[in-house]
Amino acid sequence: MIEARNIIKSFDGNTILKDVSAIFKPGQTNLIIGQSGSGKTVFLKSLVGLHEVDSGDIIYDDRDFTRMPDKDRIKVRQEMGMLFQGSALFDSLTVEENVRFPLDMFTKKKLDERRERANFCLKRVNLENVNHLYPSEISGGMQKRVAIARAIALNPKYLFCDEPNSGLDPKTAIVIDELIQEITKEYNMTTIVNTHDMNSVLGIGEHIIFIFKGEKYWEGSSQDIFKSDNKELNDFIFASKFFRKIKDKL
Amino acid sequence: MSFLFHIGRYAMFVRQVFGRPVKHRIFFKQVIREMDVLGLSSVGIVVIISFFMGAVITLQTAYNIDLPIIPKYAIGLAARDSIILEFSSTIVSLILAGKVGSHIASEIGTMRVTEQIDVLDVMGINSAGYLVLPKVMALIIIIPFLVIISMGVGIFGGWTAGTTTGVVPSDEYIYGIQYMFVPFYIAYSLIKSVVFAFLITTIAGYWGYYSTGGSLEVGRSSTRAVVISSIQILLFNLILTQLLLA
Repeated sequence: MIEARNIIKSFDGNTILKDVSAIFKPGQTNLIIGQSGSGKTVFLKSLVGLHEVDSGDIIYDDRDFTRMPDKDRIKVRQEMGMLFQGSALFDSLTVEENVRFPLDMFTKKKLDERRERANFCLKRVNLENVNHLYPSEISGGMQKRVAIARAIALNPKYLFCDEPNSGLDPKTAIVIDELIQEITKEYNMTTIVNTHDMNSVLGIGEHIIFIFKGEKYWEGSSQDIFKSDNKELNDFIFASKFFRKIKDKL
Repeated sequence: MSFLFHIGRYAMFVRQVFGRPVKHRIFFKQVIREMDVLGLSSVGIVVIISFFMGAVITLQTAYNIDLPIIPKYAIGLAARDSIILEFSSTIVSLILAGKVGSHIASEIGTMRVTEQIDVLDVMGINSAGYLVLPKVMALIIIIPFLVIISMGVGIFGGWTAGTTTGVVPSDEYIYGIQYMFVPFYIAYSLIKSVVFAFLITTIAGYWGYYSTGGSLEVGRSSTRAVVISSIQILLFNLILTQLLLA
């Protein structure tokens, strides 16, 4: 479980996160949604420690990540996996080497064992026979799957996904969403997905947090969204005529 | 203020580069790879530049001391000292600042803007150390060899130009390059080159590491890395010359 308590974060005097608190439970897909510039990426990056918060606490299973020394932070970080918006695969490494990278860095396993684990992770994300290709030689959807395989290579307790569907066609986006949800259930991970993709919100949103202008405006599930009378949330979710029509019919 | 900001941040960056190391096995593998990428791939350009540099120095020296009272072997002597003391270390380092510096800044800058460095940070890897330290070590190890190659090729270039144009006979040139030879000059040149290698890799790494935005900014970082490391090479050339030869 990850708990964020009263997170405040500013850049150059401009407050981006204003007292945001949330609890993310394991075994379910937790979504952070909001418009571009609402602060959701800053929130996600604050959770993983890429941004230091101005005040507030981030607790990983009773361990205060914000106050612990670097040495202990490294241990917590090794329990994290992260999928970035642009996949962020290492260009100079092959697909297999990318997936093996965290194993090479943090385990004492023999090469054969590391390769076996990398191949297992690649199979888990339905990728085979691409081990020796470089990231530039595979499609965007495949790159995302490789990035997921790399993120789960060390069997993380926490999985973070920053806009995993960005740049993907709707069909591939659903495949990625379903894969994230399956893996979350299978390994009982605490998964946090940052998205503004409505298919993801409605498809895998078991626990959703809506951030508006740096504040948490709403919290609930994908079922609750249709019942909510929160104006900002409705303006965001039902921005298109299509979604408005669906809501009216319901 | 911006100048002071960059000095301070550069100092902190260098500290981070030499901070928490990655596994030794991985580090040595990276150093070997970087020696190939940064060093061995530069041999060609070093050889070409050094050959012509030596040839031009010899011809210019010959035309400028064309007096009967000055012996012909002085051309070889002057060419040797110019090549060993200055050209092989400083000019080769300036060339490498352009070639290697822009390569490092653009590689690390691209990794920054495509969030590859964030991946390392999330994993708890010292990203500055992982990315930059192998490059620093690789260039520090390989640059003395490049400088020695440059010295040899430069002197050979001078001999080729001098003898083919007839400005200096072969035996006079060879006598000149051996006359009053001071071995410390080679050590001086190699010490300078090692300092220059450190400057090239850390300055280029710094500009790449703190790149923001997109490809345009990465290009700008790459240009800044080349310009600033070139200026630092010239500045430290002056300081080291005063310290080592005064």
